Amino acid sequence: MSIIPLFVAIPLASAFLIPMFSKRIRVFSDIFANVTTFILCVMSLGVIGRNAVYTVGLWKPPVGIAMALDGWSVLLLVTVNSISFCATVFSIKYMEQYTSKLRYYSLFLLMVAGMNGVVLSGDLFNLYVFLEIASIASYALVGFGCQHDELEASFKYLVLGSVASTFILLGVAVGYSLTGTLNMADISARLPHDSSTFIFMASCFILGFGLKAALVPFHAWLPDAHPSAPAPISAMLSGVLIKAIGVYALIRLIFNIFGLTPVLSHILLFFGTASMVIGVFLAIGQWDMKRLFAYHSISQIGYVMLGFGLATPLGILGAIFHLMNHAVFKGLLFLTAGSVEYNIHTRQLEEMGGLRERMPVTGFTSLVASMSIAGIPPLNGFWSKLIIIIACVQSGHYIFGLWAAFVSLMTLASFLKVQKFAFFGELKEHNKGVREVPVGMCLSMMILALLCVGMGLLLVPSVRAQLLDPAVASLLRGTEYAAWILSKG
Amino acid sequence: MTRESGMIYALCFVLFMVGLYCVVVKKNLVKIVLGLAIMEYAVNLFLILIGYRKDGIAPIIDGATDAKTFAAASVDPLPQALVLTSIVIGLGVLTLMVALCIRLYERYGTFDITQIRRLRG
Repeated sequence: MSIIPLFVAIPLASAFLIPMFSKRIRVFSDIFANVTTFILCVMSLGVIGRNAVYTVGLWKPPVGIAMALDGWSVLLLVTVNSISFCATVFSIKYMEQYTSKLRYYSLFLLMVAGMNGVVLSGDLFNLYVFLEIASIASYALVGFGCQHDELEASFKYLVLGSVASTFILLGVAVGYSLTGTLNMADISARLPHDSSTFIFMASCFILGFGLKAALVPFHAWLPDAHPSAPAPISAMLSGVLIKAIGVYALIRLIFNIFGLTPVLSHILLFFGTASMVIGVFLAIGQWDMKRLFAYHSISQIGYVMLGFGLATPLGILGAIFHLMNHAVFKGLLFLTAGSVEYNIHTRQLEEMGGLRERMPVTGFTSLVASMSIAGIPPLNGFWSKLIIIIACVQSGHYIFGLWAAFVSLMTLASFLKVQKFAFFGELKEHNKGVREVPVGMCLSMMILALLCVGMGLLLVPSVRAQLLDPAVASLLRGTEYAAWILSKG
Repeated sequence: MTRESGMIYALCFVLFMVGLYCVVVKKNLVKIVLGLAIMEYAVNLFLILIGYRKDGIAPIIDGATDAKTFAAASVDPLPQALVLTSIVIGLGVLTLMVALCIRLYERYGTFDITQIRRLRG
């Protein structure tokens, strides 16, 4: 019995079981959801270093649906499941403010199931289906509060998300008409690279997944959608959803299915730099705390894309590492913003101030995350940005390296602003009675803060050989991916 | 590709563009929803056209025909299975969209998106 399908089956099953069994006993839903995400987290740590192909219903590829586990998928699995565990721990108390926790957990686990499915799928149409499961759950979760802003943001996200999905489906259809197969490995083996149909298909996918990943010309929905969701969901959306269904899928297709060509690499470089620079400029003027963080997500995804666009082993290593780091510190930032909102019921920076005295844990973890995203050594964000900049210089792209360093400074400036206005400075009169958030919320923030401090250790060679190196290797082997899947099946 | 079949693909693409135009330009929530539905139908139609064969037989195999002649004569059943899945997904998205429209109407009292603009900047 292979462990691979369980990553989808377990959250899917509990998403259905939670509303069925926890109507009577309220606390059951908390326990059930947390146990589920904890099991998934342990399982994802357990598959580190493994490579496997699972054939659904024992139909061999290319006929049947394959699920493939390689270095790049494992990395995403670990990221998705660990962040979702922290988010569910945070949700126990935080979601008391909302009604209907059962439906919340149900949608949350559906989203996790969808994301795990996307990163494991070896079949293009199957990938689309899982992507839609994750997306639909996230549309509903963004609008979970049912207030003016939430509904508006949710509708905007839903419209742009559906357009993206339609383009992806069109890409799948064109791919099928071009190769007569849906298995990703088989498509890669049969794809005629010089036909104009191939270019049309590639542009459909880049447009669709670019919209899902909120790269800059397609980013309009993100700064509305991410702040409007409940805090743990913001952490999930910014931390992992845009990566699992946007970046992961796009990079898998470009590196392993299409094969990286100079044109595609330049497209990634262009989108990456544009997102990086424009995102940070839009962020610095924001006064809504969560909105500011959301613009930084666009900017940090830009770093990731830039690293992939360089297509050197060092650049890819930096990109992959930054992707993990961003999940951790952006997740943490949104959780701290959630704690502040939990206490003083506002997201406006002007109305905060001096909260560090009243909320020491939130203040300290937020400081760690801010320093990490701004790239202060020895926190994790520093190492990944350093690697990306070194990779830029090494491959002769000095201009991109300069932009990356400049954006890092701007990031530092805007997080100094957050710290100054929210946590340092004078305590406002109406915030005198504020107390620290409950212990469960503190616990999940402290776990993530510890990760921020400790994740630099992933670069130690013996540890790197376990997680990061296999991911880089699985992308660098390019279209040999096809041969690997077809031989294993 | 013959001229007729090229024509069908072109019309299918026009349908897709009509939907996209509707989503981008229209100011009414309900019209945007309709635009998305049209886009999706265009893609579904495109999927069906990929597997279609003129004068093809239904892809149901019985004992009498052997596999080779069957494969040469029948339409491709796989895109039809895909379209079924895609229709179901489309139903889910459409329901959620309409529910959101109703809620938005309750809050704002209008379907006009130029008046539903609290989020900006």
